Amino acid sequence: MISLNVNGRTHEVDVDPSTPLLWVLRDHLGLTGTKFGCGIAQCGACTVHVDGVARRTCRLAVRGVEGAEITTIEGLSEDGLTPLQEAWLDQDVVQCGYCQSGQIMAASALLASNPEPSDEEIDQAMRRNICRCGAYNRIRLAIRQASGSAPRGGAR
Amino acid sequence: MTAPRRLTRRGFLKRSAAAGGGLVIGFHIPGFGAERLLAATVDSLAPNAFVRVGVDDVITIIVHKSEMGQGVFTSLPMILAEELDADWSKVEVEASPSTPEYAIGFGGQLTGGSTSVMTSWQLFREAGATARAMLVDAAARRWNVDAADLRTEAGVVFDAAGDRRATYGELAEEAATLDVPSSVPLKDPADFRIVGTNVRRLEGPDKVTGAAEFSIDVRLPDMLTAVVAHSPVCGGTVRSFDGSAAEALPGVVKVKQVPSGVAVIGRDFWSARQGRDALEIEWDDGEGARLSSAGLRDEYLAMVETPGAVAEDLGDAAAALDGAARTVEAIYEVPYLAHAPMEPLNATVHAKADGADIWAGTQAQTLDQRAAAGILGLRPEDIRIHTTMLGGGFGRRANPTSDFVSDAVAVAKDEGVPVKTVWTREDDIQCGYYRPMFVHKLAAGIDPSGMPIAWHQRLAGQSIMAGMGFGAPVDPSSVEGAAHMPYAIPNRHVELHSPDKPVTVLWWRSVGHTHTGFVNESFLDEVAHAGGRDPFELRRALLRDEPRHLAVLELAAEKAGWGSPLPEGRGRGIAVRKSFESYVAEVAEVSVEDDGTVRVHRVVCAVDCGVAVNPWNVEAQMESAIVYGLSAALHGEITLEDGRVQQSNFDDYPVLRMDEMPAVEVHIVPSAEPPTGVGEPGVPPIAPAVTNAIFSLTGVRVRRLPIRMSETE
Ligand code: FES
Ligand code: FES
Repeated sequence: MISLNVNGRTHEVDVDPSTPLLWVLRDHLGLTGTKFGCGIAQCGACTVHVDGVARRTCRLAVRGVEGAEITTIEGLSEDGLTPLQEAWLDQDVVQCGYCQSGQIMAASALLASNPEPSDEEIDQAMRRNICRCGAYNRIRLAIRQASGSAPRGGAR
Repeated sequence: MTAPRRLTRRGFLKRSAAAGGGLVIGFHIPGFGAERLLAATVDSLAPNAFVRVGVDDVITIIVHKSEMGQGVFTSLPMILAEELDADWSKVEVEASPSTPEYAIGFGGQLTGGSTSVMTSWQLFREAGATARAMLVDAAARRWNVDAADLRTEAGVVFDAAGDRRATYGELAEEAATLDVPSSVPLKDPADFRIVGTNVRRLEGPDKVTGAAEFSIDVRLPDMLTAVVAHSPVCGGTVRSFDGSAAEALPGVVKVKQVPSGVAVIGRDFWSARQGRDALEIEWDDGEGARLSSAGLRDEYLAMVETPGAVAEDLGDAAAALDGAARTVEAIYEVPYLAHAPMEPLNATVHAKADGADIWAGTQAQTLDQRAAAGILGLRPEDIRIHTTMLGGGFGRRANPTSDFVSDAVAVAKDEGVPVKTVWTREDDIQCGYYRPMFVHKLAAGIDPSGMPIAWHQRLAGQSIMAGMGFGAPVDPSSVEGAAHMPYAIPNRHVELHSPDKPVTVLWWRSVGHTHTGFVNESFLDEVAHAGGRDPFELRRALLRDEPRHLAVLELAAEKAGWGSPLPEGRGRGIAVRKSFESYVAEVAEVSVEDDGTVRVHRVVCAVDCGVAVNPWNVEAQMESAIVYGLSAALHGEITLEDGRVQQSNFDDYPVLRMDEMPAVEVHIVPSAEPPTGVGEPGVPPIAPAVTNAIFSLTGVRVRRLPIRMSETE
């Protein structure tokens, strides 16, 4: 049994300790907002927060995160949407949406450590997350809106 | 534009009584899913298969096209809501079931070819106008006034004096008792209040909270998860296998052979995946083992030296070439490309004796129904497809062989419980379906004034349609954009070779235009420079009788400041293309670093797609297409060696990332023409706009994708 703290709740899961956190979240805890995109830590679709830091879960064995505070997209906000998610909606960022949980988790970790990132800093942090639909410019705009350096979307 | 229009399938409209007071109306198609439709429409007005007006004022719009990022779950509802005069805040969208009334166009239910809005425009307008007419009629009867004196706005009917009002919900039950009108007037587009405005996606909130359900997220009681070991060589088959080590693993439930390989069914993905690693399989590689990209290239290069099937013959290209003041010749090449949609391919299947349920993010429900029925020995109408959100499509999820759905059906057959079959990223990249590799050979003749008078083009590459059993000497999708160019070049000859190869090929966002866009727009640039003409001005001259091409070309050039000085080290290139009935011109600004890295700084795009139903979405689709095209132009290449695909994942099949993203400006040409495609038309001009910019900056002509400056002479 592995004990995991996810979104403020403790879960006991019966899995091989080498199982990647991604599949425990998705298949055992039913938290399917965290996505599988590549399985080799290349695309960022599986990004969650581990003790507040953005981590890819497809190559992160559960045994390594026992006792850590894990936050997934489902637990990002206690109720309602975070200002970052609001910005995402304002800018109408999403297309297919599949990459977007990972994008939002990566972006919120960025803003937590750097509340007013420059475009360069946004690019460097977010280049780890692939969006095959190519929503990059709107992702950047939403991050800037949330950090106060761009106006609300739709105002153009 | 108030002429009465016929509602498609009017002949099938039927009124029928339902339990619970109100009357509901639906399509009646003998023997098919009408009952299901009716059952779903109690307590609402449902004058056709696409809308329900609930007594609670909620307007549910049913969409038969798959939402894969292109915005169809918002744009189609906008069209219907417009004619209905709905309150947009009350509009909800629902994916249609896979019943026959939704199998419209392409001979079935299919989302592709950038056609969703184009082919649904009239249908959805009429569907909305019909519902509105019935609600107005209900109000007229209630108030005993003439319907012509009533007006509607945002989900409310008002009388002439403005004294009385009733919401659509309040009128729904009465309206449902009325006959469905056979023809209804449509709005004058000048009166549009929803179409043409920037509307945010209806499904947006679910996609920022992780709640949106993709097929990979489907969870059902007793569900198992499978992965399949596919042949590492394209077209190979299983000779023998030993699954005992896999079956001994704790989470593995079963190992079984399926037509595509060997499946491992586990209690979850990771168990199945571990089980697959433990399989011992001996493969029969088949003839595919002899394939290599280098060999194919040699073969195609030889092929374009010999005559092929004629795709276009206008004037006398050979004579005009002979007599030309100058000639230009070139060979162009493009590789195989994988689609790599963000959500790996998957489907969940629950096969029972008398039918099957399939949850899939698919672009091709009708084809999938047929394929599943064949595998399970059932009738297509016994296969219920539950279309989820698609984590990207780009053509990959519309497969004539229904490959990933068929795989899942074969795995789940006889299992009795739902089984989700998931392809890993590697499974998708390796021996999947590809944009075919092509070689083009071109020659142009130029007159003394620098105008092209002859164009000769021969291309070699696999036919997509032939692979689907539609063999023809000339597959139109191979030569689209090469044959019948819009340019006023009087003598033209285009020939095609369609070699048959064991590599499976498929439409890839913008299909034939993916290569002809690059090749033809680059070679025309060569012609311009060889004739001493500005590439933009030459295009203008050659498009003088093509007003819509001309308008986007000129708009993009103007907004990009064509001809104005650029910062040191930057170059500009232009390209224009009509595809999927829309016109797109793009101007790219690039620089090339000392190590040969190409940076695209800015792209200015002009598009004429007729009425822009949701301009914000049109912009998003152009941006998206530019990124998709840039990924291919800068990075995309699938190569084969001994029949094995040498790439496997995003590490060796890289795609564009945020730090490579150019600034993109999209300008939409105002238009009252019916709407045309937006999902694909932004792709074709981007690669040539970039390579033409590289030429203007460096004098180096890129004739092979992906762009590798080190390989250019
Ligand atoms: S799935 Fe983990 S980084 Fe791609
Ligand atoms: S929105 Fe589709 S991959 Fe990012």
